[in-house]
Amino acid sequence: MSPVITISRLAKHYQVPEREAGMKAAFTSLFNRKYKTIKAVDSITFNIEPGEVVGFLGPNGAGKTTTLKMLSGLLHPTSGDVRVLGYEPRHRPHDYLRQITLVMGNRNQLTWDLPALDSFDLQRAVYGIPADEFKRTRDDFIELLELGDLVKKPVRNLSLGERMKMEIVAALLHKPKILFFDEPTLGLDVTMQRRIRTFVAEYNRRYNATVLLTSHYMADVEALCRRVIVIHHGHILFDGDLTSLVNQFSSYKTLSLSLQNSNLPLENYGEVVSREDGKVTLRIPKSRASEVTARLLSDFQVEDLTVEDTPVDDVIDQVFSQKEAA
Amino acid sequence: MRRYIDYYLTSMKVAILSQIQYRVANYFYMIGMITEPVIYLVVWSTIAEQQGGSVGGYTPGTFAAYYIVWTLVRNMNIVFTPFGWEWRIREGMLSAELLRPMHPIHSDIANFAGWKFVVILLWLPLAVFLTWVFKPTFDFSWLEAVVFFIAIWGAYLIRTMLLSLLGMLTFWTTRVSAIFELYFGLELILSGRLVPMTLMPPWVQNLSNHLPFKWTFYFPIEALVGSMTPPELWTGVGMQMLWIVIGASLLNLVWRVAIRQFSAVGG
Repeated sequence: MSPVITISRLAKHYQVPEREAGMKAAFTSLFNRKYKTIKAVDSITFNIEPGEVVGFLGPNGAGKTTTLKMLSGLLHPTSGDVRVLGYEPRHRPHDYLRQITLVMGNRNQLTWDLPALDSFDLQRAVYGIPADEFKRTRDDFIELLELGDLVKKPVRNLSLGERMKMEIVAALLHKPKILFFDEPTLGLDVTMQRRIRTFVAEYNRRYNATVLLTSHYMADVEALCRRVIVIHHGHILFDGDLTSLVNQFSSYKTLSLSLQNSNLPLENYGEVVSREDGKVTLRIPKSRASEVTARLLSDFQVEDLTVEDTPVDDVIDQVFSQKEAA
Repeated sequence: MRRYIDYYLTSMKVAILSQIQYRVANYFYMIGMITEPVIYLVVWSTIAEQQGGSVGGYTPGTFAAYYIVWTLVRNMNIVFTPFGWEWRIREGMLSAELLRPMHPIHSDIANFAGWKFVVILLWLPLAVFLTWVFKPTFDFSWLEAVVFFIAIWGAYLIRTMLLSLLGMLTFWTTRVSAIFELYFGLELILSGRLVPMTLMPPWVQNLSNHLPFKWTFYFPIEALVGSMTPPELWTGVGMQMLWIVIGASLLNLVWRVAIRQFSAVGG
């Protein structure tokens, strides 16, 4: 199977005017303007196979959204090659745009004062979807996302989560093969996040769609993505299985203990992360996990003990903080 | 082609439904807009009366007809402005439109065209009121009425092209206001918006023949209230078509360069 997304040495650099504060600097900049080059994305390379769901992770300003915008044809790359479904996105050929979608947490393509049904109808006309197929897909998505009669309410009267679900329906009515999701669950409550995740997983399963997803919520990534690509300062730090990321970057395990006396001195066993209501959480080096566990069980009256890998959130934090320190 | 027709009809329907939600705001906007032509009308009617009943062939009655039709033409000439371009780039709305498999200009044309139907509906009572107050002299043939109907849409398209071209400057600079004011000044003098073109000095009239402005105001109004011959009427429509083609070609050309500047800010 050949990849549907191929990126080779892709870069996007911006020239940003720069000057010191104050009148003198402002006056000088009129005649001698200085620019600084910002490397939003700097020579990244990766491929994505059909049907893959890939998490694209990185802190704010890492280059995630810039990459998604280049992939969807909104931005022209400074250098490098991009091919999606065999197309060069920057030319935005209509046949290409009919096969992709970009959903952004802050995007609004719905008509504010009208029920979402009217906006859906407009999407039908934009993509030239046959009436029968449109109706079937729309009703199907409405049911999957449990939207019910909400589609008949003016969009302005919907909650943030309800609006986001409508946005997703509108963005997928033409059944795109490639989905670019940029923070689709931004600002939503846990239930709403879960529903959207389930929907995306179902869409991927039904249509074998390829998904590239950015999210700051690791629950999204853990639920949907087997593979993750980690980007920082425009460079790719990691590309592989989520489990490999944890193994590669996390040198710690988390031990949770239930003790009769949680005030015991445990500092010699590992780093005490928390003590609460008889429960203690320790962080210990992976290599010492078995030995420390055995010692704890022999030294104390342990009521319950679990050993877990470090949460992915913490692993990602560690990756970024290690790179910052380097 | 069928897809575009379907898109235009659907988009216009959505625009009409949307604008009906703002009917009261729309009405106040229109009422505010008639202040300008009423001032022109009162001034020119007074001058005409002081000069023995007419100025340059215009009587108070024909002035009234000119400026009442002006109100409709002005409303038809409301299009997506350069400020709108600036707003949609800043707010990230252009990104959404660029992801659609059609040029964003179609959305602008269809949206505002839908709005026009609401505008025409709201304009009718205003026109009746102005007619009752100012007693215009209307005398037009069926041909003039048909050409007028075509010409107001032609004017709409010419102005859409011109202001979209101006709007695209926002790909390079976010300070389009000064340029827009310059455009507005030229349009005021060279379009027939301030005063019928025949009352302007000959050199201004001559200049206006080579520019698009008069085809957006003076020509549609004169098609209905003036006394143009059929060849003059059809030549006018032809000139409108020519300016639409020139505008669309320039738009296409500038767009190809402008879009490379787009930095997709704000989403």
